[in-house]
Amino acid sequence: MLRPSISIPRRGRGPLWRDPAVRSLVFQVLLLATVLGIIAFLVHNTMANLEARGIRTGFDFLDYRAGFSISQTLIDYSSNASTYGRTFLVGLFNTLLVSALGIVAATIIGFLVGLARLSPNWLLARLAGAYVEIFRNIPLLLQILFWYFAVLRSLPSPRQSLSLLDGFFLNVRGLIMPAPELQPGFMATPLALVVAVVGTILLVVIARRHQAATGRRWPVLPLSLALLIGLPALVFWLTGAPLAWSVPELAGFNFRGGMQVLPELVALWMALSIYTAAFIAEIVRSGIQSVPRGQTEAARSLSLPGGLTLRRVIIPQAMRVMVPQVTSQYLNLIKNSSLATAIGYPDLVAVFAGTTLNQTGQAIEVMTMTMAVYLSISLIVSALMNLYNARMSLKER
Amino acid sequence: MAAISRDTNETLIASRPPPTPQGGMVSWLRTRLFSGPVNSVVSLVTLLLIVRLIWPVIDWALIEADWTGSSRADCSGEGACWVFISTRWSQIVYGFYPMAERWRVDIVLALFFMLIAWLVIPRLPAKKIAALLGLVVLPIVAWVLLLGGLFGLPHVPTRAWGGLMLTLTIAAVGIVGSLPLGVVLALGRRSEMPLVRAMCVIFIEFWRGVPLITVLFMSSVMLPLFVPANVEFDKLLRALIGIMLFWSAYMAEVVRSGLQAIDKGQSEAGAALGLGYWLRMRLIILPQALRLVIPGIVNTFIALFKDTSLVLIIGLFDVLSIIQAGLTDSAWLGFATEGYVFAALVFWVFCFGMSRYSQILERRLDKGYQR
Repeated sequence: MLRPSISIPRRGRGPLWRDPAVRSLVFQVLLLATVLGIIAFLVHNTMANLEARGIRTGFDFLDYRAGFSISQTLIDYSSNASTYGRTFLVGLFNTLLVSALGIVAATIIGFLVGLARLSPNWLLARLAGAYVEIFRNIPLLLQILFWYFAVLRSLPSPRQSLSLLDGFFLNVRGLIMPAPELQPGFMATPLALVVAVVGTILLVVIARRHQAATGRRWPVLPLSLALLIGLPALVFWLTGAPLAWSVPELAGFNFRGGMQVLPELVALWMALSIYTAAFIAEIVRSGIQSVPRGQTEAARSLSLPGGLTLRRVIIPQAMRVMVPQVTSQYLNLIKNSSLATAIGYPDLVAVFAGTTLNQTGQAIEVMTMTMAVYLSISLIVSALMNLYNARMSLKER
Repeated sequence: MAAISRDTNETLIASRPPPTPQGGMVSWLRTRLFSGPVNSVVSLVTLLLIVRLIWPVIDWALIEADWTGSSRADCSGEGACWVFISTRWSQIVYGFYPMAERWRVDIVLALFFMLIAWLVIPRLPAKKIAALLGLVVLPIVAWVLLLGGLFGLPHVPTRAWGGLMLTLTIAAVGIVGSLPLGVVLALGRRSEMPLVRAMCVIFIEFWRGVPLITVLFMSSVMLPLFVPANVEFDKLLRALIGIMLFWSAYMAEVVRSGLQAIDKGQSEAGAALGLGYWLRMRLIILPQALRLVIPGIVNTFIALFKDTSLVLIIGLFDVLSIIQAGLTDSAWLGFATEGYVFAALVFWVFCFGMSRYSQILERRLDKGYQR
């Protein structure tokens, strides 16, 4: 080995302010000091202002009696016995309800429209394209107000209800539909469903191992469908079908029996689903288009049938592109559900950051709790997404 | 020669007639709509759907509609009554801006649209001057003209602002404010200084994790608590601060995705030439990164524009709120559909225009890289 015969002299360190390490340290210290200074300034002002206005801080108010009624409660709540803490939970559950309904509907509509956009049929593709361009470019708030004030609020009164299907009525008070009434012994059916789900997962795992070992595939789809539908149905029948339906009937000026879905919920649900579906449709389209044509051709040349090509070659690769984007649309939908407050659907923001805040005046505590809820949902989903990405990403060396 | 001729035909293949030309309406219909039984059924069902759904809308909005008049009595009730919109047209554009001062809004709007046209139409020269006018001169002129109180112009409080003018103000301030802030945050998130990075991550993830509504609520109920008691904070200004901070986080993520796409060698080459950090970013990295993410930036602009409508909830009167307020006018009850459809049209034109422009721009910028 040849070594360089001349030694390069160690570079002089030069003046202190030219040293990158020193500069970065000084900059960070200055930044930290500035940020801390601003925070201290804000906290000081807030304390002074709160004192001047005579507002006590702290979370004691959560134990006080709320005393206002809420139009939709998924958990026990009464205006004269429940606390402000309870209003938080009621609002949270209402937010989760409309988000879950919206996610399911938006996914279904979004996938259908996205696939329709790729259809070889010119008319269908154009119709789907028009759907996307119209609903994506109109503010969600406007769509919510439209469905609520222009459509649902102008429906007829209960006596002239629109009858949709047997037992389903639509009127100005919302959607009236049959309500299930559980009889004793019903709980066996959901239990059977849980058992079936566990069984299906086991089946899939074992089938996969079997395929890896022998190269033969089992008919997993029919088997698991039979398990998922058959077992609960069998248990339901064996326990004597312990479920009755309370069918709504018109009595006087209103309906008796059945259950009533608030028009606010229907409007919010429709608007959220239709709006988010336009974005999901675009994601589905670009996801499928992102899979190169060569993949289909390669599958063909291996003589893979069309359905299997779609299931085993196209969809898994499209999913890798689609899932993170669709998840972020789900997060958007959850956050957008807070627009409920514009039409008075009792979600977390309307109930807790609205009525409760106005009644108690505890702006800081209430806003912190509300924001913390949305923030934790976002962070949890992002963390799950990172896990998924780590598992699904292409393993490159 | 002999070796070749053994493998080739000695005789010429008889020439075939050219394929029959596949043009015209019938063949287009046959290939696009009726190529098979399934496709034909799909076409017919779609056609039926269009006739059932879209024709009534056209009939209502255009054919049976009432266009002229000055009061509710001019509405025939058979279709849409656009008189509802035309009677409050000036409110939809100017809000409650004093009648005598509306020329000031006109000037600002005219300047605004002229500058946009200058920037958007490719043939017009000197884009840099236009950008400078738009980012520095126009805001100052707009500030002086709209708010007044200087040069003998009467002061118009922001309470009186409203309608399209307010929507455009909020959108413009939001866009002009959030983009530079977003660039700084994105650079901070990619910084090598751990403290800077951590602060930027916390800032970005916080704003991205909460709904804009709670931000607006916070800016209207909590911001007054944050400042000394004697400081008066304008309601519009509070909303603008909230909107700017909120969207800067989204902008930062878009810019960051562009920064990540630039090869590290670019920055290293700049450093080897002796360029400092800021020069490197300004001359080498950002021009490339921002060009890559123009579609993302415009998408964020569109989202921001749509979300200006949320100021309705904190009681500012943008286009949507003005129309919403007009719906409760007792002389004009029952015209909700007309109102919302018109508001939707206003928003749609702006958003669709922006998205189309971004597509055109993308194609034009791509040309430099096409071989």
